[in-house]
Amino acid sequence: MDRGMVVTNQEECKGCGLCVEACPPRVLRLSAGLNRYGYHPAEYSGSGCTGCGICYYACPEPGGITVERLVKVA
Amino acid sequence: MSSYAISHERAHAFYDHFERKGELPHQTHYCPGCGHGIVHKLLASAIDGLGVRDRTVLVSPVGCSVFAYYYFDTGNVQAAHGRAPAVATGIKRSRPDSIVVAYQGDGDLAAIGTAEIIHAANRGESMTVIFVNNGIYGMTGGQMAPTTPLGKQSTTSPGGREKWNDGYPVHVCELLNALDAPVYLERVSLGDNKQIMQAAKAIRRALEYQVKGLGFSLVEVLSPCPTIWKLTPVEAQKFVRDEMGALFVPGCVRDRGKEAEARPARAAAPALADVPRLIGLTSGEEAVPAAERDLDLRIKIAGFGGQGVLMLGEVLAEAGLEAGYEVSWLPSYGPEMRSGTSNCHVRIGRHPVDSPLVSRPNVLLALNEPSLRKFLPAVEPGGVAIYNGREVPEGCERDDVRLAAIPVTAIADGIGAGKVANIVMLGALLELCEVVDEERVRGALRRLIHNDRYYELDLAALERGREEGRKLAAEAYGWGV
Repeated sequence: MDRGMVVTNQEECKGCGLCVEACPPRVLRLSAGLNRYGYHPAEYSGSGCTGCGICYYACPEPGGITVERLVKVA
Repeated sequence: MSSYAISHERAHAFYDHFERKGELPHQTHYCPGCGHGIVHKLLASAIDGLGVRDRTVLVSPVGCSVFAYYYFDTGNVQAAHGRAPAVATGIKRSRPDSIVVAYQGDGDLAAIGTAEIIHAANRGESMTVIFVNNGIYGMTGGQMAPTTPLGKQSTTSPGGREKWNDGYPVHVCELLNALDAPVYLERVSLGDNKQIMQAAKAIRRALEYQVKGLGFSLVEVLSPCPTIWKLTPVEAQKFVRDEMGALFVPGCVRDRGKEAEARPARAAAPALADVPRLIGLTSGEEAVPAAERDLDLRIKIAGFGGQGVLMLGEVLAEAGLEAGYEVSWLPSYGPEMRSGTSNCHVRIGRHPVDSPLVSRPNVLLALNEPSLRKFLPAVEPGGVAIYNGREVPEGCERDDVRLAAIPVTAIADGIGAGKVANIVMLGALLELCEVVDEERVRGALRRLIHNDRYYELDLAALERGREEGRKLAAEAYGWGV
């Protein structure tokens, strides 16, 4: 399992691409498809997220990106 | 066993739904790649982190971030262009427990709001200013800002910013660093990941200092404007880092967080009860019973500056006040302290003053000829006019006004001080028309004239004026308004 997990909000994303640029393991990309406002939203490639959270800060939208981290549970 | 837990999510300091865009209730109105969104997030995270959402008041500016109040679930006030620090001052001083954040752009803060930011910083107001600097007027379509780099084209600098025509880019942090009061000044940038994380720290620190009760903090954030700069968001970010960063070098300009003493919640001001003593008032604090006599004096006093026009009005108003009347005194004069035209309007009456402006006087005191010529036509029929001269000048006759000529300046010269001519005229007025008791006038003079020699001279002038008035009254007139 990857250390992190990133969820992009497809409808909120304006496709600016700053998260793609910011992601250290380069696991984000702009989708080939369009969201309903006509932007190519950012999406997670599906593996390799470290949960660093940098994309969260690079994203200008308040709820554009949510980052999760792997934690041990009893 | 492991599972994923949220580590970074939408800050609680944001509303759940943004009403700005009806059908996009989660999206800001900012352009793709705009720095405002990032600054909003950093600020919201800092508010969450410090647990101060319930007492934070955000003052939003004019500019693209004018709608910040649609996003922050805090107290919100939207200020006139450039005035956020003044509004924030009022909020903080009236609600010292609030955490006040003034959020401003560079057109707002560094152009039209220059005075407000400098003086708020100089007073060390306990507030946090987030200054978003993108070097351009964004909302209005790309005009040159005070922060626009030299050579940079804008709609108002089509040939590029030119130093001899447009001046140099203004460095706000360095400018404020010349002041004694600010506690914390730092310039940060949104040029890359590292810079964004530093910006997060600075914004949090600036807020934290306010929570600790320290004074003024400002964080300048170099921020991209991809739309106006005509760059992609990624290019704009690089421009911020490389070009804006070379001109406005990021870094902490001042941090006195450790040594700064907490600012008192309320600046020390004298208690209301102490004010009369501080300004040298020795009487007049006791309640004065309302006057019985019906009176409605509308007095116009006119002359040139230096003749004591305003002082004469002040003595009359003060005497009327002490006698229990409603009074007003409205001076009107040019910028010259001497020899410009000067006049004042005084109302003394039993009823509250509806307007301090006297356009239809029933008493005119004209200390020179131009004033007589100018205002005599306006005197109400049955009114009184006293002119400073041996005789009424030609062309100033009025059958329906009781008009007297008394050379008050010559008389004042005769008792040793031309300056007291105004009081000679006052003495004559007391004799020629029922105004207020002389005792009240003497009381007013005592309060207004601090120099004992002039006070004595004024009493002599008052008496000489009364003599002149008595002579005239005996000669011709039956006075009384």
